[in-house]
Amino acid sequence: MDELRLDGNAAGGLLGEIFPFEMTTAQVTCANCGSLWRVGQAMVYGHGMGTVVRCASCDNVLIRVGRGPGRYVLDMRGVRYLQAEQA
Amino acid sequence: MSEGFFSRGFRGRRRQQAQDIHLPPGQYLVDGFPVLSAGPTPRTPLEEWDFSIVGEVDEPKRWAWEEFRELPSEEITTDIHCVTKWSKLGTTWEGVSVDTLLQEVDTAAEYIVAFCDGGYTTNLPLEEVTGGKAWIAYSYGGEPLEPQHGGPARLLVPHLYFWKSAKWVRGLRLVAEDEPGFWESLGYHNHGDPWREQRYWGD
Amino acid sequence: MAEIRIPRGRLLWRIGEVVETRPETPRTKSLFLEVPGWEGHKAGQHVDVRLTAEDGYQAQRSYSIASAPEDRRLTLVVERLEDGEVSPYLTDVLRAGDGLELRGPIGGWFTWEAREGGPLLLVAGGSGIAPLMAMIRHRAAARSDASCRLLYSSRSREDAIYVEELDRLAAGDGTLEVFHTLTRSQPPGWTGYSRRIDREMLEEVGWPSEERPLVFVCGPTPLVETVATVLVELGHNPARVKTERFGPTGG
Repeated sequence: MDELRLDGNAAGGLLGEIFPFEMTTAQVTCANCGSLWRVGQAMVYGHGMGTVVRCASCDNVLIRVGRGPGRYVLDMRGVRYLQAEQA
Repeated sequence: MSEGFFSRGFRGRRRQQAQDIHLPPGQYLVDGFPVLSAGPTPRTPLEEWDFSIVGEVDEPKRWAWEEFRELPSEEITTDIHCVTKWSKLGTTWEGVSVDTLLQEVDTAAEYIVAFCDGGYTTNLPLEEVTGGKAWIAYSYGGEPLEPQHGGPARLLVPHLYFWKSAKWVRGLRLVAEDEPGFWESLGYHNHGDPWREQRYWGD
Repeated sequence: MAEIRIPRGRLLWRIGEVVETRPETPRTKSLFLEVPGWEGHKAGQHVDVRLTAEDGYQAQRSYSIASAPEDRRLTLVVERLEDGEVSPYLTDVLRAGDGLELRGPIGGWFTWEAREGGPLLLVAGGSGIAPLMAMIRHRAAARSDASCRLLYSSRSREDAIYVEELDRLAAGDGTLEVFHTLTRSQPPGWTGYSRRIDREMLEEVGWPSEERPLVFVCGPTPLVETVATVLVELGHNPARVKTERFGPTGG
């Protein structure tokens, strides 16, 4: 148990800035262990320098988001597939 | 949008700064020691812990915990600066100088990558961790370093932004070419000098 | 039953007006807001609140929406954390007439709409009651007959939020049951639970896994993780146990 982790919803605001669709209900496949999660079920670490979303099963980094002046840097190598519903 | 809006009466957590304290640009003092985490806190038992120097070296080196603690150590008092803008002055640490660890290491490499439990990495030129600028610290404020602050041991490179002082460090990999680490590949400045306010790419 | 449609556009920061603040317990306060352009929300969603000092310094936190989608005003309930940066401002300084910058609603996963039915098991610790209260209020406004049980853990009777409203709703509705557990002190004559939520309590209060309830757990991270682990051990489908951790201190 790690007290600093939150549920995927906690990243909903930041992900909502980047993606034009609802990310917390999007399905992601972990590139490391293959398990399937809704982003809302993943574990979020809201580090002050960026947001890290991890697989709830194997802790692999699914999504990392860094911020800079006027930019986002997004690393989604940990997600093999992302599936989102059309609105 | 919301330009020009401010919250009546809000100051935030910052402490009043004394006039004669000289902080790097954009920093403020804070009470306490904020814990920032990008992942679960590793909890490596000391019996399993080791520290290695690997990569572009003639002979990799490795110390188990007991051996590591027998190395000559130093007490360090220093200021630390986080890129998220908080600073702490006069923090006290105890650890082994990276110079000590590299004493018998032969290398032509010019860069290092610090690697850690949990997968975190950060990169530095070799000359930024030698010459009395960096330590592997296992004690903070006179007490063993707590896991949430990077214990059993963390890299300590206080002249750069504190993300370079990698928590849960397990070794240094010497490399011929620079390899941006966890935050450096995510928009943060490759070097990270707080006095030149090198926070992000392009600064 | 009206369907609530949440238009999916980019999240914008807006300035809401605080129309009322109301102390709920010694440590918590409700903030009632009117937000121009607010497009509605689902029970369980949250807003991000951003405070800006005159020199530009900013701090941001998330707060669950406690009001139902049918309610006229947007309600947040804030627990004052001793060494908090944002919560003491919201509970001690913010007053009616002030602006509060926020964006939302956020979060599509931890939500419940009446048309999803039940049975519904809601487990709250401390200020984690906020999004679950939105669900309970929405359930009442939508006149849902989905069976609903709330297990609410508080330090003491004085620290429990919404007690009168919950009593009133449960008294008038045979399909809503409210169970309190008071973990630090109990009033004289207390016959309810008086310990931290554990497996035995969840077995007594919750439905057996064969009933396939929808479960929502919200509060301090240690409580949420204990409850979620136990429920899965009791055979509940992990996909039907949704969690909203509030962090180490709980909100």
